[in-house]
Amino acid sequence: MANLTTQIHRLKLQNPVMTASGTFGYGEEFADFVDLNRLGAIIVKGTTSTEREGNPYPRMAETASGMLNSVGLQNKGIDYFIHDIWPRLKKYKIPFIVNVSGSTIEEYVETAEKLNSIEELPAIELNISCPNVKEGGMAFGTSCTAAAKVTKSVRDIYHKTLIVKLSPNVTDITEIARAVEGAGADAVSLINTLLGMAIDANSRKPLLSTITGGLSGPAIKPIALRMVWQVFQAIKIPIIGIGGIMNATDAIEFLLAGASAIEVGTANFIDPTITSKIIDGINDYCERNHFTSVKDLVGALIIPEQTVDMNIS
Amino acid sequence: MPNKFIHDFIVTKNIELNVSHFILELLCPEPLPKINPGQFVEIKVEHSPSTFLRRPFSIHEVNLQNNTIQLLIQKKGEGTRQLSYLKKGDRLNLIYPLGNSFQIVQHEKVLLVGGGCGVAPLLFLARILKENGNEIKILIGAKSKDNILEKEIFERLGKVFITTEDGSEGTRGFVIHHGIWRQTPFMFSKIYTCGPEPMMKAVARLAQIHRVACEVSLEQTMACGLGACLCCVVNTKNGNVCTCTQGPVFLSEELTGWTH
Ligand SMILES: Cc1cc2nc3c(=O)[nH]c(=O)nc-3n(C[C@H](O)[C@H](O)[C@H](O)COP(=O)(O)OP(=O)(O)OC[C@H]3O[C@@H](n4cnc5c(N)ncnc54)[C@H](O)[C@@H]3O)c2cc1C
Ligand SMILES: Cc1cc2nc3c(=O)[nH]c(=O)nc-3n(C[C@H](O)[C@H](O)[C@H](O)COP(=O)(O)O)c2cc1C
Ligand code: FES
Repeated sequence: MANLTTQIHRLKLQNPVMTASGTFGYGEEFADFVDLNRLGAIIVKGTTSTEREGNPYPRMAETASGMLNSVGLQNKGIDYFIHDIWPRLKKYKIPFIVNVSGSTIEEYVETAEKLNSIEELPAIELNISCPNVKEGGMAFGTSCTAAAKVTKSVRDIYHKTLIVKLSPNVTDITEIARAVEGAGADAVSLINTLLGMAIDANSRKPLLSTITGGLSGPAIKPIALRMVWQVFQAIKIPIIGIGGIMNATDAIEFLLAGASAIEVGTANFIDPTITSKIIDGINDYCERNHFTSVKDLVGALIIPEQTVDMNIS
Repeated sequence: MPNKFIHDFIVTKNIELNVSHFILELLCPEPLPKINPGQFVEIKVEHSPSTFLRRPFSIHEVNLQNNTIQLLIQKKGEGTRQLSYLKKGDRLNLIYPLGNSFQIVQHEKVLLVGGGCGVAPLLFLARILKENGNEIKILIGAKSKDNILEKEIFERLGKVFITTEDGSEGTRGFVIHHGIWRQTPFMFSKIYTCGPEPMMKAVARLAQIHRVACEVSLEQTMACGLGACLCCVVNTKNGNVCTCTQGPVFLSEELTGWTH
């Protein structure tokens, strides 16, 4: 058995496999399929200061090797989470991380403040990258100033591990990563979904009620991997890799590119037991390749001598 | 105790009903858990690279003696076409049983209305309703005579009425045009329906006129089937709720815009 433990700032994980927000509910939905206590951490559904209904149906369209969604942060609000959901989750022995979403800085701050006071919740993931809400969301994640401002505002009142989730819908993700690092983020997670669109040619109508939506699944993996690699060169704080991870090999690729941990999203829909298999697969890989600790994989990409790195100017 | 499972089932039969419909009989490797009419399964379609997500199908019938379930499937696109090629002995990965179920009444007169492939969940339902002492009538709507599914099997459980769009069998028109709706007094105390949404909406309105409760089985597009992604919502009196966990069966009066 290799040492699979890893660390994101002060947050200690028994292994690097977490579940991506919005794809694993509150964990309970998968309890019949996975021993939740095996997971590195569970990142729960995007949570806002007050209840949200989300966008109208249809909210999902299957695409080549992936899917588009425009759920739009449907959730019952932070108070409901704290009083009605969290008490049920306490029995599990793993960290739960709340994905904090919002439309205004005040809203992010309000939610983060409430979570700051719950001792057993060790970290939040600040979602400044949701493409499916009209106001805020991704707008915060696509400008360095706005990203820094919301990160700083939350940092001032939140004293545990602050992860900021980045949007890929930008020209240069390293600038945003540097901005949130500068504003006090303890780690970054990337990527959220890529803005996309699907059309039904027969009806000549868009397939989503919001016309555009967020693309996830294996279709986005190469982009996510590239962004993790670029960000790894640009910042010092830990990176959590997300995007199209379907199996252990995909997860290992993200670790090699510089991620200290990973999140599994859409893959949970196709195989609800996949997280467990990925944990075993990472262990097998470490043993086979004589890595005693998974930490040794992080950024261990081998760059052959004749390589021309287009990312270094 | 888990109540949802994931297993590789074994295909025991693939019965072609007509050019676009077939029945798969699947053997469960473990003793089947309790399954109720209206519940569904999520299938992983192999050998079809364009079918990325699982595909949801209602449970058409359950045979506890043989430890098998049946699915009645319409060929719609690539995923269902691929499923139609399955042969005896092939394996198929299922998540099951999912969703809520129809409410089973006792000793009542009930009407089941199925449009096209919408008869799929109604066979299992009809059998259980019959076992609970109900008197059952089944109204089946189809495009034409060739598209009427499982008529003889339903006839073993209750009287069957037919409407076809081209008039090749039964009453010409849609299910709502059948004479059964104009009987006075209206003899049914409960209606169950599954089929295309416009048909179910029209049936729900007739049920409302006759002041009879109507349960409908919805087919929202799904990604997870487990209540995690919130993609499959339908708007109800209680806001947006997941069809995969709170449904697929709803009382029509709960659904926004379904009754007046
Ligand atoms: C709870 C539930 C129960 C169902 N039960 C049955 C059943 O018993 N028998 C049966 O034949 N079908 C059933 N369906 C519909 C079935 O899931 C779809 O027909 C199937 O997913 C189409 O897959 P495909 O790859 O062949 O088609 P695709 O290529 O994905 O699509 C072909 C067409 O089918 C439509 N479609 C795709 N997914 C769905 C969906 N989830 N619901 C409705 N239409 C869809 C698309 O709009 C498209 O026009 C059920 C759906 C749900 C949600
Ligand atoms: C249905 C769905 C809902 C999502 N909801 C959220 C959310 O509430 N907050 C968030 O930060 N990301 C959300 N995401 C994005 C995922 O967490 C993840 O970043 C993205 O899907 C890419 O990973 P994947 O390709 O492994 O799915 C959602 C994704 C999907 C598919
Ligand atoms: S399909 Fe994911 S919540 Fe219903």
